Amino acid sequence: MSSEVRFTDFKSDKQPTWCPGCGDFGTMNGMMKALANTGNHPDETFIVAGIGCSGKIGTYMHSYALHGVHGRALPVGTGVKLANPDLEVMVAGGDGDGYSIGAGHFVHAVRRNVDMTYVVMDNRIYGLTKGQFSPTSREDFETSTSPDGTMMAPVNPLALALAAGATFIAQSFSSDALRHAEIIEEAIEHDGFGFVNVYSPCVTFNDVDTYDYFRDSLVDLQEEGHDPTDDDAAKEIILDADREYQGVIYQDEDSVPYSERHGLDENMANVPDGAPDGAMDLVREFY
Amino acid sequence: MPDDFNWAIGGEAGDGIDSTGKIFAQALSRAGRHVYTSKDFASRIRGGYTAYKIRTSTERIESVVDRLDVLIALTQRTVDENLEELHDGSVIIYDGERTEMEDFEAPEGTTGLDVPLTRLAKEAGGEIMRNVVALGAACEVTTFPIEHLDSSLEKRFGGKGESIVENNRTAARLGRDYVREEYSDDFGYDLDTTEEDYVLLNGDEAIGMGAIAAGCTFYAGYPITPATDVMTYLTGRIDRFGGHVIQAEDELSAINMALGAARAGARSMTATSGPGIDLMTETFGLVATSETPLVIVDVMRSGPSTGMPTKQEQGDLNMLLYGGHGEVPRFVVAPTTVAECFHKTVEAFNLAEKYQTPVFLVADLSLAVTEQTVSPDEFDMDAIEIDRGKVVNESGIDEWLDEEGRFTPHANTDDGVSPRALPGTIGGAHMSTGLEHDELGRRTESTEVRIEQVEKRQRKVESAEREEDWTPREFGDPEADTLVISWGSTEGPAREAMEFLDEDVRFISVPYVFPRPDLSEAIDDAENVIVVECNATGQFADLIEHDALVRVDRINKYDGVRFKADELAAEIRETLRPATGSSTEVTAE
Ligand SMILES: Cc1ncc(C[n+]2csc(CCOP(=O)(O)OP(=O)(O)O)c2C)c(N)n1
Ligand code: SF4
Ligand SMILES: [Mg+2]
Repeated sequence: MSSEVRFTDFKSDKQPTWCPGCGDFGTMNGMMKALANTGNHPDETFIVAGIGCSGKIGTYMHSYALHGVHGRALPVGTGVKLANPDLEVMVAGGDGDGYSIGAGHFVHAVRRNVDMTYVVMDNRIYGLTKGQFSPTSREDFETSTSPDGTMMAPVNPLALALAAGATFIAQSFSSDALRHAEIIEEAIEHDGFGFVNVYSPCVTFNDVDTYDYFRDSLVDLQEEGHDPTDDDAAKEIILDADREYQGVIYQDEDSVPYSERHGLDENMANVPDGAPDGAMDLVREFY
Repeated sequence: MPDDFNWAIGGEAGDGIDSTGKIFAQALSRAGRHVYTSKDFASRIRGGYTAYKIRTSTERIESVVDRLDVLIALTQRTVDENLEELHDGSVIIYDGERTEMEDFEAPEGTTGLDVPLTRLAKEAGGEIMRNVVALGAACEVTTFPIEHLDSSLEKRFGGKGESIVENNRTAARLGRDYVREEYSDDFGYDLDTTEEDYVLLNGDEAIGMGAIAAGCTFYAGYPITPATDVMTYLTGRIDRFGGHVIQAEDELSAINMALGAARAGARSMTATSGPGIDLMTETFGLVATSETPLVIVDVMRSGPSTGMPTKQEQGDLNMLLYGGHGEVPRFVVAPTTVAECFHKTVEAFNLAEKYQTPVFLVADLSLAVTEQTVSPDEFDMDAIEIDRGKVVNESGIDEWLDEEGRFTPHANTDDGVSPRALPGTIGGAHMSTGLEHDELGRRTESTEVRIEQVEKRQRKVESAEREEDWTPREFGDPEADTLVISWGSTEGPAREAMEFLDEDVRFISVPYVFPRPDLSEAIDDAENVIVVECNATGQFADLIEHDALVRVDRINKYDGVRFKADELAAEIRETLRPATGSSTEVTAE
């Protein structure tokens, strides 16, 4: 069936209510294309969406999906994937969802290396709540809750992932449709936790991190001939605060996903009609 | 009341008190005696006082009492902590060479047996066996055949090699022989054996075993006393049945992982205690509105906040009934005994899947740490029934498509229960959300749809109230003037307290807190109604008063220690003594 899936099959009939020009449109299109290109089917795909403008993505795409509690998308994705390894699991949410309220989960999800894809729609702002600073906002970014700037260094999500032992770290730009879809595709195909920070500009509340800004400053790592398996080069890129990069920055080719380490390959949805065979042995243990 | 014998070993945390106590409990169980254990402990790993207590009888036991017949005291503090439980005829076994026992005001008639535990243990092959020497001594004091201890030592140390087992047997015999030679008294204790077969387990283990029996394959949790044993029990065992235990980074994550697995179609569970329930609360509403079957276990301990982490309380009832913003349809089930922890866990999974709701299984510290003998027949695995509710497969999907061919996971049905398509089912792709949604699972703020979905979810609870059996457990004399009501683990002590009372009592033990049985009639029939529970405010009594529109008497205990049968009997007597003959007065606790 997979050969017949088109990317529009992943589109729901609900019209997005994002502001015209919002970066999330491009992010979502790339995700749909990547899912279709990697041979996935909506009925065998599970999308977990965060809470935020970004989190609405679960409604606009067609697949099995859960739109949950703010910040907890990664744990949900973890549970889905471990329970049914046959599903393609993709988690998507905002920078606030992933790096603020959900930051603890991010670090541990990276460490566990469950085979799923995590797309963060990073607009460096809280969009849904109408323009407060986010963990990736610049230090001098003025918002309704930071009239004189945040006066804090922004979180470097790539470095967070690196420090937690990520096996796949990438960054893309929602408006570079082709490259963005390619990068998501690589994340999907990665054996383990495929993390992509996607610059998805908020045209309504962020007049600093704009399309123009990213277009002008982004360096494409593919064009630069970067080798993602080169640890040292990857570290340098991740810690370089002066430039913005697009591409697969780091990939561990020897990555062994969680399920494989724990020998989980059965679909747990298959529950026997009665107590499982051998259950009586459990009672005998208590003699 | 059972012809019982009460035994304890106490010392410092880290002295191996627990494992030694367990060995003796197992020996008694293997000898066909009923056993009911309890622990006194502080949460410090080393340094605090800790004791393992065993009440044993040839008859079934449901509670602890305030009496110690034989006490193995590894420290002076062990004696001090238990002075009130000692009596004329009690025997204290201690090691005078190792522990200076200062004068203590033991009741008259208490015998102290100074046994060189450490020296004899060294003789048997190592100081580490000093507790086993004490067990041997205890066998002699109680004329308990040491062969039963052997079999329990074999079980405990068999994995470490035959020579270790042999050394332990020797150590036990050295203890026995020392007492035999040095103290020829008859201590008046005689532990009979029977041919009965029992298994010995605690409530946490029973919950874990119930989960596996129910087909649970996914457990996510974060360690917390006294729920951790559920997780450690499942670790390594659930794997044998195709399942997995994952230790989450916190309870926020644990419940969401469990939710994810449940959405994928696994029978899924998480367990925690009060502080963890607080964190999980944020997800209760999502479980309910996304209509995800999930079993959430709360093994209660003393709150609020960190409270007394190793102490007993039934204080989370309101939290489980009302926790979470908005109105969250749910079930709250409270197993009343160790065996019931198993059965109610199985029931919780069926309820969760039939009605696609969160089910709270509420146990407590006294169940969790109590090891109780149960006839293995009570865990009849062949009798386990699995009801997955309205799961639809590919061919069943058609019935549940809207006019545009889209699957309706929140279809507005008569009984409120909608079809459930597990991910991977072709044609069933849909979204679920914590936002109010229509039948398709898509966000809505339409007033009609909102009302429809709220009522639909509520109807599931009403259907369950109608369809399921919420009968409480009843004991005593149904015609008695005095009605005692308890919920959860208080059943054991209350049941036994009746045997200490002269007057007849009707006792109703309620395992279903929500929905719960209507007790109005029983309350009307009674002259005195007393609700007994381990908390200060009477959370369950409030519910009973609300249901029956009367005032009831309350017995509350919130000192961190479970009810004891004799003590509870005295309190019931005390409550009845004013004999107002009316159940419409609240007596002060
Ligand atoms: C527990 C909780 N706290 C606060 C909110 C309000 N809230 C909704 S979205 C959001 C921030 C969203 O920011 P981000 O994740 O960056 O998403 P964006 O809207 O920018 O895509 C907040 C604070 C909430 N829904 N839940
Ligand atoms: S507020 Fe910003 S992030 Fe939200 S939809 Fe509008 S442009 Fe997009
Ligand atoms: Mg944002």
